[in-house]
Amino acid sequence: MSNKVRSFLTMLGIVIGVAAVIIIMSIGNGAQSLILDQLKSFGKDLVIVLPGDSDGGPPSETLGITVTTLKYDDAKALSEPNNVANVKAVAAYYQTSANVIWRDKKSYETIINGVTANYFDVEDSSIEQGRFFTNEEVDSAAHVAVLGSVVVDELFGDVDPIGQRLRIKNQTVEVIGVLKSRGKVGMQDYDDQILVPVVFAQKMIAGVDYLSSIRVKLVPNADADRAVLEIEETLREQHNILKKEDDDFSVHSFQDVLDTITRITNTINYFLATMAGLSLVVGGIGIMNIMLVSVTERTREIGLRKAIGATNGQILRQFLLESVCLTLIGGSIGIISGVLVSYLAAVVAHLLRYQWDFVISIPALLIAVLISIAIGIIFGLYPARRASNLEPVDALRYE
Amino acid sequence: MADYPLIDVRHLNKIYKNDGVVTQALFDITFQIKHGEFVSIMGPSGSGKSTLMHILGLLDRPSSGEYFFNGHNVNELSDDELANLRNKSIGFVFQAFNLLPRTTVLDNVKLPLLYSKDKRRMEERAKEVLENIGLGHRLYYLSNQISGGEKQRVAIARALVNNPQVIFADEPTGNLDSKSGIQVMQILQALNDKGTTIILVTHETFTAEHAQRIIKIYDGRLVSDEPVVNRRIAKENEFLK
Repeated sequence: MSNKVRSFLTMLGIVIGVAAVIIIMSIGNGAQSLILDQLKSFGKDLVIVLPGDSDGGPPSETLGITVTTLKYDDAKALSEPNNVANVKAVAAYYQTSANVIWRDKKSYETIINGVTANYFDVEDSSIEQGRFFTNEEVDSAAHVAVLGSVVVDELFGDVDPIGQRLRIKNQTVEVIGVLKSRGKVGMQDYDDQILVPVVFAQKMIAGVDYLSSIRVKLVPNADADRAVLEIEETLREQHNILKKEDDDFSVHSFQDVLDTITRITNTINYFLATMAGLSLVVGGIGIMNIMLVSVTERTREIGLRKAIGATNGQILRQFLLESVCLTLIGGSIGIISGVLVSYLAAVVAHLLRYQWDFVISIPALLIAVLISIAIGIIFGLYPARRASNLEPVDALRYE
Repeated sequence: MADYPLIDVRHLNKIYKNDGVVTQALFDITFQIKHGEFVSIMGPSGSGKSTLMHILGLLDRPSSGEYFFNGHNVNELSDDELANLRNKSIGFVFQAFNLLPRTTVLDNVKLPLLYSKDKRRMEERAKEVLENIGLGHRLYYLSNQISGGEKQRVAIARALVNNPQVIFADEPTGNLDSKSGIQVMQILQALNDKGTTIILVTHETFTAEHAQRIIKIYDGRLVSDEPVVNRRIAKENEFLK
């Protein structure tokens, strides 16, 4: 096709379609790896206990329902080796959010995370400065706090936070430590939180007696399925429940969570890729449209080619080749721009402190090329057949 | 030379049906053209001479009657066989030149070779024909950058590149000034002298009289078929070697 502007505009549909598919696949993979890698790094041999029965559905909390069935005593029961074998640590959590005030002038709203002293046994985290609180401080609801780096920056700036006093609700706590910066994991920013003893968070800040969750860390390579069963048994005993159907808690091994997240993210990825794929179909229709215009414009040329001996098959192949060239060039530009945008997205994600893999799979690129060719053939076939079936006489006479 | 005529039409009719309207373009045409002849098919516009040329040139099929081209019964040939025959045995020269725009002179002339079974030395063969017709200095010009006379000579070169047995020229001088027209007629006569059959379609008596024989068509009927008594010879032969 000699009309360059028109060819380019026609290709644009394919360019955008292919680029969209590649970007979505790549960003989808990046986001998935972001979530899964983080989970894998600290989540291996981990079993999570949530309040409320899950039945495989989403945890009740995500639906805005607060379930109060999980207690601090449950966590204590789970740490008994007689109840659950191969346990390395049992950590209890109570999470809320609150406004934190320093010296009546600086105020900052953040997550208040009530945790146990063995926090570092179940979390991929460590102390940067100062110290963490002890078991005794947890049980006695001591007024102490360990801050994430974002909170330190927001409240203190350059002032040394250790020993400073903060107001949370009507309580005063002493800052005893600062967490090492860890970045965002999934949707959660581990640097934007304040850790306090879980009993303090429950009783002094929120005035409740239940937990948000319990994490059970097993010794390396322990049988997670067996641990899940033992945890369920223990909790039923604690809650006086006889049948599994009546469970007011749910226990998820890390593998369960991993599978669920993989399933959800895959579904989202494929859905988005399908949406992007639709734009390829639209691009293909554009190709067909312009090829039809081209066939009409070049009717006399087709007539001449037939007069000098081109067979119908040769004319068909010529026009198919032209539409495949259009889609192939468009597809290639789409691949290049898609890869570039995906790369930029990865760069931006890194700047935003996400651990993001820049994933471009070679098979996906090959498939993109094949799809481009296929679109050229599918949407070029009708115009090409129109061209090849023209009667030579009619084509030569066409004005 | 074969003992059968190059063109042999018997009781040929052509009927068009357009939206239920039936038009008969040719009625019971019968004649023969031998190898090496230079024949004009003459008639006013609408007489059916172009329709006849299209059928003779294997671009269209008769509605009834028989047509033997070089011994082949056209009614028995498939579309692809007709295309192959057009490619190797027939050259066309049209009034409007029908060159591919934005394409070099050389590529235009090479075009029939792309559809030919014999793809040897395409470049050289096309150059040779163009040089013989006096366009060796225009090989890499685009077809829209040359004059009308040159365009028609490119078209003739394209018609000649496969060494056809017959050239159909449909009003070849119709879009040209008289000087270029004379050049074109000179080339056609020179080709005929070398043995190529020429069939010229025109409505002008002057142009038609360059042939050895004139077949006149009127309202789709053959009205006369006579030799030219005082044949015109186009002067100045310097464009052909």
